[in-house]
Amino acid sequence: MKKAAAVGLIILLVAAPFGLKPYGIYLLTLWVVMAIAAIGLNLTLGYAGQVSLAQGAFVGIGAYSAALLTTQGWPLWCAFLLATVISLAIGWLLGYPALRVQHHYLAFVTLSFATLVYLVLRNEEWLTKGVYGVSGIPRPTLLGWSTKGPVEFYFFCLGILALVSAATWWLVRSPWGRAFTALRENAIRADSLGVDTRRYTLMAFAFGSAIGGIAGVLYAPLVQFIEPTAFNLNLSLNLLLMVMVGGSGFFLGPFLGAAVSVLLPEWMRFGSEGLYLIFYAVAVMVLMAFCPSGLLGLGQRLFKR
Amino acid sequence: MNPVLQVRELAKAFGGISAVSGVSFEVHEGEILGLIGPNGSGKSTLFNCILGQLAPSAGQVRIDGRDITGMRPCQLNRLGVGRTFQLLQVFPQLTVRENLILAGQEHQASMWSRLVGRRDAGLGPAADRMIEFFRLSALAAEKAAALSYGQQKLLDVAMAFMAGPRLVLLDEPAGGVNPTMLAGLRERLREINASQRATFVVIEHNMEFVMALCTRVLVLAEGRIIAEGTPSEIRANPAVVEAYLGN
Repeated sequence: MKKAAAVGLIILLVAAPFGLKPYGIYLLTLWVVMAIAAIGLNLTLGYAGQVSLAQGAFVGIGAYSAALLTTQGWPLWCAFLLATVISLAIGWLLGYPALRVQHHYLAFVTLSFATLVYLVLRNEEWLTKGVYGVSGIPRPTLLGWSTKGPVEFYFFCLGILALVSAATWWLVRSPWGRAFTALRENAIRADSLGVDTRRYTLMAFAFGSAIGGIAGVLYAPLVQFIEPTAFNLNLSLNLLLMVMVGGSGFFLGPFLGAAVSVLLPEWMRFGSEGLYLIFYAVAVMVLMAFCPSGLLGLGQRLFKR
Repeated sequence: MNPVLQVRELAKAFGGISAVSGVSFEVHEGEILGLIGPNGSGKSTLFNCILGQLAPSAGQVRIDGRDITGMRPCQLNRLGVGRTFQLLQVFPQLTVRENLILAGQEHQASMWSRLVGRRDAGLGPAADRMIEFFRLSALAAEKAAALSYGQQKLLDVAMAFMAGPRLVLLDEPAGGVNPTMLAGLRERLREINASQRATFVVIEHNMEFVMALCTRVLVLAEGRIIAEGTPSEIRANPAVVEAYLGN
């Protein structure tokens, strides 16, 4: 049953761009990119239980790495390497406050960090070109295969999503995943059983942030023009919404959450005049009030009856 | 030979309140030491200071002669010190089997090898043996959240033994467990004590349980040891009776 659903989903994802106009393919690609970023946050927040309002900042770090390197003629894989290393290192450092504070205090620490990154992107013109943004970001060519067209670039992103999903699947099913769950559910007990909760907390931040950076590297060539406001707190909050709505701590949660956040408002836009955002907001509020474990949590509850 | 656990002049104050003041005692290999005392006498604080959950204000703790004062709980656990908490502490979203695997996995190899290694960290069979030993076989695949309180308590205790510890500190293992299950728990603890020469320190309010299980008993009142002896000596000690019942 599960296998059939997975195969069906993959076929749907592969076939989808052929029936769509360029804008539809763009949205679908944006969904892929946001799903990757949300997978990272789901690792930090959903599995390891560490609240972060900084995921958007890591997408920004990745996007600017890609934009600045590729417009200088460097290949995109260099940007992947750079963004992963930088996000891993900064994510690790951002984990230190989590060793001292938790929950909404930690949220504020990470929120400050997100603001800091935004200010650096906006004000350090010598590096980031400030409010003017970076334009003309090229899409990569892989072994002679150009991803310039929307369909090609979609498949490129889909491939990265597959890799990130597989790596994350491996991680959450390894003893690390168990240690993350233990950290989330009861850090004191985990510590007393030999789980080095400090290192796992730092790792949860580092890995989650690195995946955010990878999403950013894809975001830049997708939109081909980036500027700082795309990576302000709104993006971090939006990513948090994706994880919560999809189902925090569920493997498929980020996929569903990103679909709700990226695709649903666009779909609702048709035929609802200017009211679609109000409908959307109400729907999210109702879901969160009645099912805090998200859509997959709701599904699990209904299925078990 | 060094005692397994040596506590010297241990003290802990919270602001102006002295919860533990100058407690010294030793526990030798294979011993089951009971730690009793009225509520608020400092038993759990003493445990938390020994186990690195709280930093003691003064004093020293040694395991096998090695000074471990101020070590983190996870480091102590890897030196072979297990514990249970006063309040039930299992991981509700993990299955019984996974709770047990978790309790042993961090003792093996390095963190990185666990990332690429086997999902059960090679502990599946050991976990199954523990499940059988604690008579939880029918529940192995259930999430811990689905277990009754008494069953969770058994799991909690079983987890403390997963890594084959030398010393285990049990904080009220009998609390809230029904009499039939309690007899079983006592038997399991005795068997582990005999077969592995494991050393226990047990905090407990259930006097019957303490007197039947322990070889030696310490009585704590207002942060100090007021009596020490075999269970029968303690039962007859007027200072103990007074500490519990008042004048």
